[in-house]
Amino acid sequence: MTESHQDDSFLLACKMRVLQLRAKLIQSIRYFFIQNNFLEIETPLRIPSPAPEEHIEAIRSENWFLQTSPELSMKRLLAAGYPRIFQISKCFRATERGNKHLPEFTMLEWYVAQFDYHQLMDQCEAMLVTAFKDMGHDKNITWQNKEISLATPWEKISIAAVFNIYAPISLQQALHQDKFDEIMVEYIEPFLGIDRPTFIYDYPTQLAALAKTKKSNPDVAERFELYIGGLELANGFSELTDADEQRQRFEEALNARTAKNWIHYEMPEKFLKILETVPQSAGIALGIDRLAMILADTDKIDDVVAFTPESL
Amino acid sequence: MFTASDLRKGLRIKIDNEPYVIIEFNFVKPGKGQALYRTKLKNMINGNQFERTFRSVDTFESADLREKKMQYLYKEGDKYCFMDNENYEQVYLTEDQVDDAKNFMTDNIEVEILLFEDKPIGISLPNFVELVVTEAEPWAKGDTAAGNTKPVKVQTGYTIQVPTFVTEGEKIRIDTRTGEYLTRVKN
Repeated sequence: MTESHQDDSFLLACKMRVLQLRAKLIQSIRYFFIQNNFLEIETPLRIPSPAPEEHIEAIRSENWFLQTSPELSMKRLLAAGYPRIFQISKCFRATERGNKHLPEFTMLEWYVAQFDYHQLMDQCEAMLVTAFKDMGHDKNITWQNKEISLATPWEKISIAAVFNIYAPISLQQALHQDKFDEIMVEYIEPFLGIDRPTFIYDYPTQLAALAKTKKSNPDVAERFELYIGGLELANGFSELTDADEQRQRFEEALNARTAKNWIHYEMPEKFLKILETVPQSAGIALGIDRLAMILADTDKIDDVVAFTPESL
Repeated sequence: MFTASDLRKGLRIKIDNEPYVIIEFNFVKPGKGQALYRTKLKNMINGNQFERTFRSVDTFESADLREKKMQYLYKEGDKYCFMDNENYEQVYLTEDQVDDAKNFMTDNIEVEILLFEDKPIGISLPNFVELVVTEAEPWAKGDTAAGNTKPVKVQTGYTIQVPTFVTEGEKIRIDTRTGEYLTRVKN
């Protein structure tokens, strides 16, 4: 046995406790959905083209792509009359690599017919409370020296309000100055979900490509994100089912990509065709690796997977 | 030319016509938002540090930096003079640019001068130098406890902690990276 082989085996063996914890977490999540009458489904990892979103880079697979999320396939199942579906699958995003990002990661995604985004936030909370409990965290969890209370209900606060609390400028100013992402990362995200998990909701419509707009205000979409300890864990929304509006938003995203000379995505015609028959529903994607990071008390995503791309 | 996705710790880039080294780097991406590259940069000329966040559409020029072997000649006012041994041209560095290296520079020592677009901006020394102790308290008899140290002055004027047995006139080896005593050198 060579020395490097020994080192490799040693490093992998060191991950055993965390990988056991990760496996138990996935079992707990799966059990929750089965108990709540969800159907576990699998959709293809290789797809002709991903959902046209401006800031998500897909990885090519021959003349197709690896999925960036199972969203489009799952909504086709919703349209076909599957009211409660979930999936735990690999997703792939080019250029995403950092302490909290892997280009290949594990996503939990679920959809519920007749739900709106607030009901989905509540269900997400219930699922995670159960998972934390199964993992031995009844009341609180300590992550990176932050003690986070898991007592329900978790905090819900609008994105406009978090800008007023944490940011040097308002949400409207941030959008106007094209600084939304920078302000989020620098001034807001580090403070979200520090004492207890926090849902932030009601995103500006231009930042919610596939979400339904609010009846009372078309500038705002029914989209939310969950943060625990400053870490973004999940993104969900009430599904947009207006095919004309969806086509227009896709076109805007595609045009923005073309302007920057980024990879061209196709308009997902099959998806648009069935969109009008998708029932009122809500869907959410949650990063399993990030949840495992919290349970393993690490701030590096590398610690919760057996292999990183660099270790292969 | 670099794009933001090429950025990494240690990379040297040119911003506003000055060279910077990336001393901290992190990839971040708020949910559904754009990829952002958070960096802490250090100006390689004046040492100033600041944080800056880049977008994936940002591009950078690489900084034209190279090192050249030169000989230290003398200090004149607050300037240090070095000579390029290839063409005998003389270049100058300021006190700030020489920084801690001045503690270990003796006349005619060979050093590496860092050039940015052919202008000298910094210096790196050999990892080890040998300097003569010019001032030292005599060794107090009976002080034999291991690990005891005393301050002595070396020929450059630098004061360094050494074991108590080191005496005036002896030569010692110093690690220029840490500024610490390594050993006595026998003549």
